[in-house]
Amino acid sequence: MTNETVIRTNKLTKRFGDFVAVDEITFDVHKGEIFGFLGANGAGKTTAMRMLCGLSIPTSGEAMVAGFDVFKEPEEIKKNIGYMSQKFSLYEDLTVKENIEFYGGIYGLTKKQIKDESADLVDRLGLHDEADKLVSSLPLGWKQKLSFSVAIVHRPKIVFLDEPTGGVDPSMRRQFWDLIYDAADRGITIFVTTHYLDEAEYCNRVSIMVDGKIEALDSPAGLRKTFSANSMDEVFYKLARKAKRSAD
Amino acid sequence: MGALKYLLQKEFRQIFRDKGFTGRLFIAPAIQLILLPMAANYTIKNINIAIVDHDHSTVSQKLSNKILSSGYFKLADYTDFNSKAGKLIESDKADLVLEIPQGFEKNIIRENNQKIAIQVNAINGVKASIGFGYLSGIIADYNNGLRMEWIEPERTSPSPTIDVITSFWYNPKLTYYIFMVPAILVSLVTGVAGLSAAFNIVKEKEIGTIEQINVTPIKKYEFILGKLIPFMVMGGVVFTVGLLIGWVLYGIVPLGNIALLYLFLYVFLFAILGFGLLISTYAETQQQANSLMFLFMMVFNMMSGLYTPIDSMPGWAQFVTHLFPVSYFIDVMRMVVIKGSGLHDISMHILYVFLIGLVLNTWAILNYRKTT
Repeated sequence: MTNETVIRTNKLTKRFGDFVAVDEITFDVHKGEIFGFLGANGAGKTTAMRMLCGLSIPTSGEAMVAGFDVFKEPEEIKKNIGYMSQKFSLYEDLTVKENIEFYGGIYGLTKKQIKDESADLVDRLGLHDEADKLVSSLPLGWKQKLSFSVAIVHRPKIVFLDEPTGGVDPSMRRQFWDLIYDAADRGITIFVTTHYLDEAEYCNRVSIMVDGKIEALDSPAGLRKTFSANSMDEVFYKLARKAKRSAD
Repeated sequence: MGALKYLLQKEFRQIFRDKGFTGRLFIAPAIQLILLPMAANYTIKNINIAIVDHDHSTVSQKLSNKILSSGYFKLADYTDFNSKAGKLIESDKADLVLEIPQGFEKNIIRENNQKIAIQVNAINGVKASIGFGYLSGIIADYNNGLRMEWIEPERTSPSPTIDVITSFWYNPKLTYYIFMVPAILVSLVTGVAGLSAAFNIVKEKEIGTIEQINVTPIKKYEFILGKLIPFMVMGGVVFTVGLLIGWVLYGIVPLGNIALLYLFLYVFLFAILGFGLLISTYAETQQQANSLMFLFMMVFNMMSGLYTPIDSMPGWAQFVTHLFPVSYFIDVMRMVVIKGSGLHDISMHILYVFLIGLVLNTWAILNYRKTT
């Protein structure tokens, strides 16, 4: 981890009519960091992430991602990031290899790069027997791992993960986090939202959002100390109790 | 443009892997082209007629025979009573009642003049007016026959008669197949190509893959071309299958240049796919796309001259039909297939449909957002 900043926001805000989904959030993310983005349902995590990915235009504030402005250069940002949404978004009616080829191709990898990446990825995930099977035939946990691997197939600077382990069993979650560490070791910055507070412990730094605002941001150990709590669970409940918005 | 190659590859893989694919591309057109022309048959046969004969004379008998032997009519009843005939109309067993009054023969011979009554059941307007037309024609013909028979040859006719000789251009036998099949083919291509494109994109919205695409650096035009091209190819295949069915089943061989038909097909596909794209940018779910498409297909089918002539619609409706690419294509099909029209005759059609396509596609591209 270095002190080079890859994401920097300043009072970033998104309104939908009268509703302020994201309310003046300001934070930095460093290169190679695993940055956890926590919050209850409806706290504004996904909206914030979508703004950083260039999928949603902020109402006000500033944000730079991978050195590009989210207002002016969203398409440049898109070349430098990977994204894994809440919804599983590989093509179920394509095979594992075809999905890799498609996304690799879209990101402009050469034929050889696609071939190498594809072989490497299948190897790492141990999907040799499934490489030519339709993605629809894979179990959910494998799909999530594949989805993550495809999201970083073009070696982005940052990868955004929106609740990547939702609905996956604990051992599979553990394996998933191994992949995340692996990617971080290769210099990819990880920006991850999650519901699972044990996962927050795996992050270098964690921010906690309540009602569209960032209420706390520190390393897990730092947060526990500040809130004199024994676990991230306790930290979270102390903060989330203040929430006025109902979860949706 | 590198991304486009991968988009097309992906699209074709998915299309060929789709189990409903052959059905949509080959079976649906075949079924529709076999069934629909039968239903859209304008030759009216089996008109039920009740004849009320109060005269029972040779002349009335001959008239009845002439009507029944024409092939258009079926005798519902032959009776003496008006009331019985009225009941037949009421119970929908008779479409027409011909009433021959008492003294029919006598009056014709003595007074040279006689009236007969026709009552028409007009619930089905088309059947009623066509049936009435046939019947009037037969009676007029019979009337002429009587004159020739009874007027003494040396005394030449005092009343001049006009004989009408009709010839039907382009479709001398008035077969409706040749008229309907090309138009139904247009409706088919609209359905398979235009609608599938809309559903395809909305499906990606629904399952969430479109978001994954939107977060890639892919260009808007690349994405849209990646969707347009496969359906242009499919539209071409359906059209070809349809032309072959028209030839094998109905013996329809276009009188004009087939290349011209294909030229227009692609201009048309450009427009109708633009329409599908536009729908897909507004609809969030396949349900929504479905109801929108159903509405438009209904309007296209009813208003584009497929079943009823545009010329007989009110002025405002005629104007509306000029906004539909479908009406132009139906017109072009009939012109080129039946009449053998050339490029010069359809150049304005090409221009208009191209312009409509340009508007629809531009609108769709502007409305398709990678970012919200």
